[in-house]
Amino acid sequence: MKGLYIHIPFCRSKCPYCDFYSLRYNEDFSKRYCGALIDEIKSGGRTRDFTKNTDFEFDTVYFGGGTPSIIGGDNISEILKAVKSCYKITADAEITAECNPSSVSFDFFRKAAEAGVNRISLGMQSAVDRERKALGRIADKEKVKEAIKNSKDNGITNISLDIMLGVPNQTIKSLDETIDFCIESGVTHISAYMLTIEENTPFYKLQKKLPLPKEEETCEMYLHTIDKLKENGIFQYEISNFAKPSFESRHNLKYWNDKEYLGLGPSAHSFIGGRRFYFSSDTEAFVNGGKAVFEDFGGDEKEYLMLRLRLTAGVDISKFKEKFGKDFPLKLKKKAILFKDKGLLNINDNNISLTPKGFLVSNIIISELLSY
Amino acid sequence: MKVKKDNIRNFSIIAHIDHGKSTLADRLLEITNTVAKRDMQQQILDDMDLERERGITIKAHAVTLNYSLDGKDYELNLIDTPGHVDFNYEVSRSLAACEGAVLIVDSTQGIEAQTLANTYLALDHDLELVPVINKIDLPAADPDTVAKDIEEIIGLDGSSAPRVSAKTGKNVEAVLEEIINLVPCPEGDDDAPLKALVFDSVYDNYKGVIVYVRIMDGKIKPGDTMRMMATGAEFTVVEVGKMAATSLTPTKMLCAGEVGYITASIKTVRDARVGDTVTTAENPASEPLEGYKKVNPMVFCGIYPADGADYEALKEALEKLQLNDAALSFEPETSGALGFGFRCGFLGLLHLEIIQERLEREYNLDLVSTVPSVIYKIHMRNGDVLEIDNPTKYPDPAEIDFSEEPVTDAHIFSPPEYVGTIMDLCQERRGVYRGMNYISSDRVEITYDLPLNEIIYDFFDALKSRTKGYASFDYELKGYARSNLVKLDVLLNGSAVDALSFIIHSDKAYGRARKIAEKLKDNIPRQMFEIPVQIAIGGKIIARETVKALRKDVLAKCYGGDITRKKKLLEKQKEGKKRMRSFGTVEVPQEAFMAILKLDEQ
Repeated sequence: MKGLYIHIPFCRSKCPYCDFYSLRYNEDFSKRYCGALIDEIKSGGRTRDFTKNTDFEFDTVYFGGGTPSIIGGDNISEILKAVKSCYKITADAEITAECNPSSVSFDFFRKAAEAGVNRISLGMQSAVDRERKALGRIADKEKVKEAIKNSKDNGITNISLDIMLGVPNQTIKSLDETIDFCIESGVTHISAYMLTIEENTPFYKLQKKLPLPKEEETCEMYLHTIDKLKENGIFQYEISNFAKPSFESRHNLKYWNDKEYLGLGPSAHSFIGGRRFYFSSDTEAFVNGGKAVFEDFGGDEKEYLMLRLRLTAGVDISKFKEKFGKDFPLKLKKKAILFKDKGLLNINDNNISLTPKGFLVSNIIISELLSY
Repeated sequence: MKVKKDNIRNFSIIAHIDHGKSTLADRLLEITNTVAKRDMQQQILDDMDLERERGITIKAHAVTLNYSLDGKDYELNLIDTPGHVDFNYEVSRSLAACEGAVLIVDSTQGIEAQTLANTYLALDHDLELVPVINKIDLPAADPDTVAKDIEEIIGLDGSSAPRVSAKTGKNVEAVLEEIINLVPCPEGDDDAPLKALVFDSVYDNYKGVIVYVRIMDGKIKPGDTMRMMATGAEFTVVEVGKMAATSLTPTKMLCAGEVGYITASIKTVRDARVGDTVTTAENPASEPLEGYKKVNPMVFCGIYPADGADYEALKEALEKLQLNDAALSFEPETSGALGFGFRCGFLGLLHLEIIQERLEREYNLDLVSTVPSVIYKIHMRNGDVLEIDNPTKYPDPAEIDFSEEPVTDAHIFSPPEYVGTIMDLCQERRGVYRGMNYISSDRVEITYDLPLNEIIYDFFDALKSRTKGYASFDYELKGYARSNLVKLDVLLNGSAVDALSFIIHSDKAYGRARKIAEKLKDNIPRQMFEIPVQIAIGGKIIARETVKALRKDVLAKCYGGDITRKKKLLEKQKEGKKRMRSFGTVEVPQEAFMAILKLDEQ
């Protein structure tokens, strides 16, 4: 069973912290792009070099962006229709669309729900309007509430909210407002991302002037978020992801479990048959039939470990043995014990996983553990 | 009987850095057809990449130019000289091989520190000076003022000095005419015992050492047994000849007054050191030529391979460089922090930097070097005198009676408006004021006694930046003076890192300790635990900083299934670690070592 990722590279405007690939929304171009997506879904020409003889059956579909909601319910519906006509989709498939609260209406959710969308990921970022403004998000808190209500009223109750930690003006207290909002709104899933200042963004140039919380405070916010959500029955399952039991994002879990997925659209990545490939960040090229290009081989043991260690479930030693037919690396285990002594990692006879404090320095820990 | 060799002229070109020495040399080669125009590359005598990049001449070179004037053919031997104070001894040997020197003065800059230093050096060797005013093509050129300065400051006739543009070639022929007219021709006795001055020696893979000589008396030919008078070493001459710009031309013999080369299957330049006198075993001279001195390194530092596995490669590279550089010394040393490496000795900081750069570039080595040191004389209570060039060998202070450090005689030339700034700088560097001399209305010479260990870090950089590049600087070793020295130790996470220790004047200890602690704090990447950085004299901590523990290093988001980006990031992290040095549990990047060498950069 594979996952299908569909990239919608358009946004109303670019958020000042975002370095992901996106274009300013333009109706004509967006139409041409949707046409190209449908063409690719039907013909498979752009990925054929990698997908020959692949039997596709999807149990997750994920519209990511960019801002997928910006293309409107009808286009989402057309694309899904094409997907369903060309591929096998399991009956209980998780079909997610990322939405920006400013570009969704009751009508959008109605059409999306009718087309089969059963999960919404809403880019709220913060429930505090002052923080949202600093992040360049247009919609206010009321608009977010309205979007949640519209989604639920159309039967889409599996809702995820994106929130950000360490954003300008944020304090533990203001973060509590955001977390309380999430809890009260009864959503099933929360993604909490610590802000990273990326090069080539307005935030990068402004960073000295931005009223950013200190790194220490951001770390506190992260640990606080984990604790508070847990108290309210929303459990961390990945570095940045939290869910009520059984509402973990099945699509995103495919990434961390080293499962296969097909990604369509500029800058979308795929992992099929042991090979990782992707489309360049060039929408025009995609529309004109530009092909996916090879990136790397995937699925080896180090990659598996790197990805699984992002999960609270961590790495099962017996599963590792089963999957790779070899003993678990002893050196890794020895190194892990050093981190355990610092409270950064849990280790028992059959499992290694990072603690919340460990997640905060996971780059170092993982790179250290994997240099065996 | 001494005979005038009136078709020969032997000369050098001397100038302050950047006044156009190499460019003029290029032009002379070109107009005498020594190098065909199509083979001309910029600054042909500076054949090392580094020389071209830095705009300095590191090694002396020589070339024979053929030129006719008024129907007579002349052989003009141009002996190029290194242009930096670190290589003063080589300059002096080059000058000793000549009868005259072309003194270039930049018409936009006027007279600078090395203009004067080189002039005095040339006058010491009784050379006839041929002043040349260069860069007249530039809009800022002021040849009249420069001509006046030459008369007033140097005491030469500036009015007849050729005004040239070495860059465009304008009026460069006049320089050749002046050389022929002003520089005396050499004199010598072909039948006397051989006395030839070695002014340069270069190792060549095929011929062995090529010894560049000026024959003062006598003659030499292949088959003769040559003898080095300083060492007594003897070799059978394989080849003698003259130097073209890019090749060697063998001849039957070299006679008195001539400049040429000798090869004799000599294995290293240490056997044919610059300044030595060559004679023959068959008919030896009774006395060598004057002035040979073995040059001794003044600045020392430890050089270690960043990767311990490269130790042998570093050793080989140093051996190869030494074949060509008698002034470079090295011996194995071990550091608790850095492992196996070498204690290397250099003529000065530039020499050190050049060697480091060549090791890294030409031999592709990754290096870690320790703080440079000079040689301190430590007088012990029991009467022993220790010469210490390595802080780790510093004895127990309780057993020290007193210490001495090397002091230089430093001359700084500058426009008058920077005098205050320069005096501040020299004061900070523990200089003792010796005098000030207005050499012209816009040029002052300031003389200080400056401790050598204050110069070797970054004095030159500091001087340049504080005077907007207008000041120039020259120094020579004066002697040793009593000094109050202490050894500073750096402790990371409680354990001393021997490679970071150094010796310093006690007045400077606190200030420098604070700066070092700060620099280390800024340059040691945060690790998962807090790292105390302490600077100590003996058991006493005099400065302390803390590298805070790293709390956050995480890739929060994965975008569109882009796993490869994550993998690459982790790999980069691993690569970064490779360049680190582990001290116990603390990892220190190479940059931290470099940073404490450049404390004064703001």
